Amino acid sequence: MLDDFVIRAALAGLGVALAAAPLGCFVVWRRMAYFGDATSHAALLGVALALALDLPVFGGVLAVALAMAVLITALSGRGIGSDALLGVIAHAALALGLVAVSFLPGVRIDLMGYLFGDILAVSAGDLAVIWAGVALVVALLAWRWVPLLTATLSPDLAQASGIAPRREQLLMTLALAITVAVAIKVVGALLIAALLIIPAAAARPFARTPEAMAVIAAIIGGASALGGLMLSFAFDTPTGPTIVSLAAAVFVVSTSLGAARGTAG
Amino acid sequence: MALIETRGLTLAHGGQIVLRGVDFRIDKGEIVTIVGPNGSGKSSLLRALIGALVPAGGTVARARGLRIGYVPQSLAIDATLPLTVARFLNLPSRHGAADIAAALDKAGLPDLAEQQMAGLSGGQFQRVLLARALLARPDILILDEATQGLDQPGAASFYRQIEAVRRDLGCAVLMVSHDLHVVMAASDRVLCLNGHVCCEGTPELVASAPEYRALFGTGTQGALALYRHEHSHSHGPDRHHHHHDHDPDHGHEAQN
Repeated sequence: MLDDFVIRAALAGLGVALAAAPLGCFVVWRRMAYFGDATSHAALLGVALALALDLPVFGGVLAVALAMAVLITALSGRGIGSDALLGVIAHAALALGLVAVSFLPGVRIDLMGYLFGDILAVSAGDLAVIWAGVALVVALLAWRWVPLLTATLSPDLAQASGIAPRREQLLMTLALAITVAVAIKVVGALLIAALLIIPAAAARPFARTPEAMAVIAAIIGGASALGGLMLSFAFDTPTGPTIVSLAAAVFVVSTSLGAARGTAG
Repeated sequence: MALIETRGLTLAHGGQIVLRGVDFRIDKGEIVTIVGPNGSGKSSLLRALIGALVPAGGTVARARGLRIGYVPQSLAIDATLPLTVARFLNLPSRHGAADIAAALDKAGLPDLAEQQMAGLSGGQFQRVLLARALLARPDILILDEATQGLDQPGAASFYRQIEAVRRDLGCAVLMVSHDLHVVMAASDRVLCLNGHVCCEGTPELVASAPEYRALFGTGTQGALALYRHEHSHSHGPDRHHHHHDHDPDHGHEAQN
């Protein structure tokens, strides 16, 4: 019943959801939604560069996302990383990427594919890259979970316990860049941030501890990826946006339930 | 040997010097209070002592393997972060349930390990921060305006708890406050800051020092005496001395 490419798509979606969920929790806790936006929008610039230089797209996206994330981290450390500045960077990166892609001569580029993802075109090689990236991100987060969580609560509290908050922040930045690079094929540059933030936010009302929130977010993200894939088949809709729409629907339901429970209790 | 010692410590914030030329040390078991008006560099000094602020000049030396229990001024936990008291107390190192119960008790709290941090009252929250600091079995407890947001009886009872903790654990205590009348009497030594060290010594001596009076007026004398009423203890040798290198940039016209 399931064709091979559907299984590949399902595995790709599941993998990305698995890495994005715990990372997305940190993005939400640290109020870094715009940071995620800017990094993922810059991915398009990476695509253009990689194609222009005839390099693997994954590598180009990873390099540019990493550069962007480090740049923003450095700027925010100097106290000018305001909301507005992040907004400017996020959208400027996207616009520049679109312009750069249009300059590429002789390459027929499916721009839609990079903007919204092309999960049904995931090859076996893509799948290997995606899961290697996912494994790396999950391992990184599991290894640094406690120091990262402490630094998220309060950099000073972490420092007093012998944790270097800047180093933890940098590791998180690295994880974010890897996630963006592997997720671009699945949901596209425009919606990567959504995959980070929405499952985490939807998990919040059901969680009593940070770890529970990460696990619930992973379940919601995974279910949204699989469900979105099926829905996009049934209704012939673009897959990436369908996955994000489903996650958003889960968010609405869970938040309403949480609010109802809050007023009842 | 000093637990923490600074020499000629100068701190800057955004290119602006907030504190200059501080020679400071705190020894085992001492209670030292830092007072000073807003913006006098108190919190910056604490942050430099724990290593969160890189000095613009001078040095900070911490004893090897020093365990610091830090209680910040406040902690804004994002509403999106679910956190039980028990989980918070286990950050960054895990402790047994018995240790956690003991730390909560020592901080003067009932067993609320399973409650959410967001649901605590202001006083409970500060005491949970204290319990977390105690779990590290600190050599030194550092409190930054830990009673902000508490009413006066709440603050007084919080500080009585600190004294009890010091008695039990024998750790040094370094605190910043502008609740002068509550804090000072419990201290072995008071350091008065206003961009530099204005004066330093036993609470009585600092309270009567002209530099201190210029900063805070004389209004706290009565309350200080009141508090001393219930706490009588002896002080070490007179360590009071004045710094006469007053910088003209730091006028003393500020009044409370």
